[in-house]
Amino acid sequence: MSYIKGLKCRECGTPYPVAPLAICEECFGPLEVDYDYEAIKRTLTREAIASRPKTLWRYRELLPIEGEPTVGLQTGCTPLVRAEGLAKALGVRELYIKNDAVSHPTLSFKDRVVAVALSKAREFGFEVVGCASTGNLANSVAANAAAAGFTSYILIPDNLEKSKVIGTQIFGANVIPVRGNYDDVNRLCSEIAGRYPWAFVNVNLRPFYAEGSKTFGFEIAEQLGWQAPDAVVVPMAGGALITKIYKGLNELAQLGLIEAAGTRFYGAQATGCNPIAAAVKAGTREIRPVKPQTIAKSLAIGNPADGYFATGVITSTGGWSEDVSDAEIVEAIKLLAQTEGIFAETAGGTTLAVTQKLIAQGRITASDRIVIAITGNGLKTQEALTLAELDSIEPKLSAFEALLAGKKTVLAAAS
Amino acid sequence: MAQTVIIPTPLRRFTDGVETVEVQGTTVGDIFNQLESRFPGIRARLCEDNGDLRRFINVYVDGEDIRFLDRLQTSVSERAEVSIVPAIAGG
Repeated sequence: MSYIKGLKCRECGTPYPVAPLAICEECFGPLEVDYDYEAIKRTLTREAIASRPKTLWRYRELLPIEGEPTVGLQTGCTPLVRAEGLAKALGVRELYIKNDAVSHPTLSFKDRVVAVALSKAREFGFEVVGCASTGNLANSVAANAAAAGFTSYILIPDNLEKSKVIGTQIFGANVIPVRGNYDDVNRLCSEIAGRYPWAFVNVNLRPFYAEGSKTFGFEIAEQLGWQAPDAVVVPMAGGALITKIYKGLNELAQLGLIEAAGTRFYGAQATGCNPIAAAVKAGTREIRPVKPQTIAKSLAIGNPADGYFATGVITSTGGWSEDVSDAEIVEAIKLLAQTEGIFAETAGGTTLAVTQKLIAQGRITASDRIVIAITGNGLKTQEALTLAELDSIEPKLSAFEALLAGKKTVLAAAS
Repeated sequence: MAQTVIIPTPLRRFTDGVETVEVQGTTVGDIFNQLESRFPGIRARLCEDNGDLRRFINVYVDGEDIRFLDRLQTSVSERAEVSIVPAIAGG
């Protein structure tokens, strides 16, 4: 059963049929899926959702496929961790980590969008899929394409972390590093998509793909006992995730599954690539593109396609946006690891460091119920970290005890 | 000497499906005017009524975003490649 009425331009409202289209021919605005919420309301109840398997497909009516899902059947329902240790370190009362660092199958929230995009690609009859990616999307498209029997073409900037390249190649994908940054890759990908009849998940399948991100928000609300948080802090690259979490919570409110969502949305960027944060701080919605220079490569999009909408979500909900230095990102990765046992990638460090900044500014307060979006795994961005060199010892108890005595001396001297 | 303009899919209905168009111009704005005279209606898709580039369109001259240059006044050298690219999602 389909709950999709069609596609609609987000800017000018021009309607389009359900097809692999992403851009309005009238104004170039992004196309969005238009749902039949009245029909959805009849079947999507809290009880119905609770009775379904713990995957993102439990919110099936609010995802843009016609038939049954065929890709990413085990994805979603990652943990929402009550972060007591981190809350204490930050001086706040109620803090949660939505942990997509353990997403199935490729350890980032991109598994959500790819599950939806490739299920849709199959419905449209595509055999070849692809993407432009800063790494996490590359991993997920390659893995899910392998499992679902698609051929994949993955275009990435040529300076990506090694783990993200290996984590794409291993699945037998056609990986094409492009000399340039993500914005260069994006432009090329868009031109390729105009010439080849392939499903580029974030180009011609973008309206469907992006809907998968809503499930991040659906799960937060369900895991909080069908309540929206007071504040959510979300990393921003292209700006799609924050706008889709917002849309997701609003859909739940519209369907009566939660009370009206009064959540304030906070966007996190690295100072080395902060076009959205800079716009919010300057009080404008116009995005001035930048040339990225940051260790947070998964956020290094200098010309964010959804930046205009992200600033709208942030300002209209009473939120804010901040950016942090590479050094602050590294310190926050360590803090999260050492208080919660969660190893996040650089984007996660960015999000936590920005949260700290927002608390210091008084924009997020100690009494807020706060959710931090951790969207990727630290094992993929190890190059960003330099930890202490480790000295090895002989396999003798005496050697161990000498080491321990040495450590005690150091500790005593330090105190 | 001419420049090559790469026409994105949503605009090819104006160019009878043609993907690349040869033009001769000195600035991006100049090139847009030439496109308009050959394919009437195309400029209104690229620019707002006040003449500014539309929000969701990116224009590149030899790979450089004209928002980093002089926008529509950006000069275009001989044999330059001008790409018109819709804004697309992150990844």
